[in-house]
Amino acid sequence: MSIEPSVRVEDKLFYNRYLVDAGRAHIKVRPHTTPSPELLSMLKACPARCYELNDKGQVEITVDGCIECGTCRVICEGSGDIEWSYPRGGYGVLFKFG
Amino acid sequence: MIEEKFDAIVVGAGMAGNAAALTLAQRGLKVLQLERGEYSGSKNVQGAILYADMLEKLIPDFREDAPLERHLVEQRFWMMDDRSHTGLHYRSDDFNEERPNRYTIIRAQFDRWFSQKVREAGATVLCETTVTELAQDAYGKVIGVRTDRADGEIHADVVVLAEGVNGLLGTRAGLRKRPTADKVALAVKEMHFLPRETIEARFNLRGDEGMVIEAAGTISRGMTGMGFIYANKECISLGIGCLVADFQRTGETPYGLLDRFKRHPSVAPLIEGSEVKEYAAHLIPEGGFKAIPQLYGEGWVVVGDAAQLNNAIHREGSNLAMTSGRIAAEAIFQVKSRKDPMTAENLSLYKKMLDESFVIKDLKKYKDMPALMHTQSQNFFLTYPELVSKAMQNFLRVDGTPKVEKEKTTFKSFIKARSWSGLFGDAFRLARAWR
Ligand SMILES: Cc1cc2nc3c(=O)[nH]c(=O)nc-3n(C[C@H](O)[C@H](O)[C@H](O)COP(=O)(O)OP(=O)(O)OC[C@H]3O[C@@H](n4cnc5c(N)ncnc54)[C@H](O)[C@@H]3O)c2cc1C
Ligand code: SF4
Repeated sequence: MSIEPSVRVEDKLFYNRYLVDAGRAHIKVRPHTTPSPELLSMLKACPARCYELNDKGQVEITVDGCIECGTCRVICEGSGDIEWSYPRGGYGVLFKFG
Repeated sequence: MIEEKFDAIVVGAGMAGNAAALTLAQRGLKVLQLERGEYSGSKNVQGAILYADMLEKLIPDFREDAPLERHLVEQRFWMMDDRSHTGLHYRSDDFNEERPNRYTIIRAQFDRWFSQKVREAGATVLCETTVTELAQDAYGKVIGVRTDRADGEIHADVVVLAEGVNGLLGTRAGLRKRPTADKVALAVKEMHFLPRETIEARFNLRGDEGMVIEAAGTISRGMTGMGFIYANKECISLGIGCLVADFQRTGETPYGLLDRFKRHPSVAPLIEGSEVKEYAAHLIPEGGFKAIPQLYGEGWVVVGDAAQLNNAIHREGSNLAMTSGRIAAEAIFQVKSRKDPMTAENLSLYKKMLDESFVIKDLKKYKDMPALMHTQSQNFFLTYPELVSKAMQNFLRVDGTPKVEKEKTTFKSFIKARSWSGLFGDAFRLARAWR
């Protein structure tokens, strides 16, 4: 069995261009003590790995690398775990190729 | 508030929105198009194959200046297991025609060109503007939109929602539900740059000839999904997508899947030495006919991916988007020409016209396919590809085993994996869903 090399998403995001709207996160995680299964699944399902577990076992989001796909909205908005919207006009990811 | 009132506001400058805004402007309507990206295309992701026929209906001479990559002369389908692929290739010199039928494109560049045509036709295009909600009157009729700009609310007789797969505004206004995890796929893709000659040599292409590979099998690790490799002039688009519900269920990561696909022994040599210049992700509507929401209402219509108009089996989306955008615009123009109000009753003309087009007819044909692929994903994406690979190897390897024995082995492996009834059942279900 060969060992899977670990994939560094940060390196991938480095190729992209972003205009970060500092201080205005377009996605917010509802404060919680124990994360729901939906929220936990985002640790793996987010293609930009924006979701991470803090040392208290809660799920946090950093939206700077978000590629605005909407996956977390589909999984987590219904359960009320997150508030999801688009960045303000002109901000966020800027695809050169798409 | 922008005091000016428009005949129509189009939300979104993707394939559907550009088609709608262009058609409305060409018919002389006063159109405002709003796009949240820096420019049309800066938020949009596609493989991307462009189908000429649907664009020709909008811009007949598009070949003169559209940023096209390669015209397709070859299509490859790959059924993959971890170490092999079994391919079906179709290549024809007939595709080297004067007006080719399919091209590869790069969406961010193509949309920018398309948007220029929209402006030239007379529409007002406002980028860097996110529409935050629909403006509705006391009776729920849509009368315009609110944006994140300081001058807030803008009014129009009708709003064309061309906001793409997420369809946030429609959901917020209660016009349709949020897409569910079993009805949308998440695709991730990269752009790999290589010298033109290298691409042409690796894919057996001359000049502007192009080819695309669609791949399925163990690369999606039992999830419902597909990979793709499309040749552009100086880069290769490579990506893979699976149902969001499957990612959620399995805990597979999208980038992990993409990297495994890239490392597959059939894929790695094709992109060797390339420089990656972008990593993108986007959702794709996969629910088919049964997922189509209400398409029109008081003062609004919805077109393209926002209406889930996507044929996942044939990987067609942009053409359904362009066609629905154009048809919605034509319906609006007809209502307007009769000086009728933009009520739900009058706008139902859009649905009537769409029902008559290939858009709804094709989606109807495959209405049972999405559910079948989803419930049988283990068989279609893991078991069968592995069986086929074994069978091919058994057939090709010359090792002194009598052919009769070889056939028996292959036959037994199929029965063992799926049983008689399983095999017949799958074949029957597939044939019925395809019919
Ligand atoms: C990886 C991948 C590969 C694909 N391959 C193919 C292919 O080869 N061939 C094919 O035909 N189809 C393909 N598709 C499908 C195709 O891309 C879509 O069907 C098509 O882009 C839909 O067009 P649209 O205009 O409806 O949506 P989009 O092109 O997504 O456009 C929506 C636009 O609306 C804007 N917008 C959204 N919300 C707001 C708001 N609130 N305010 C302002 N602006 C807003 C967005 O920024 C965007 O510009 C593929 C899709 C993916 C993800
Ligand atoms: S929208 Fe997509 S990229 Fe952004 S945080 Fe959600 S899942 Fe991640």
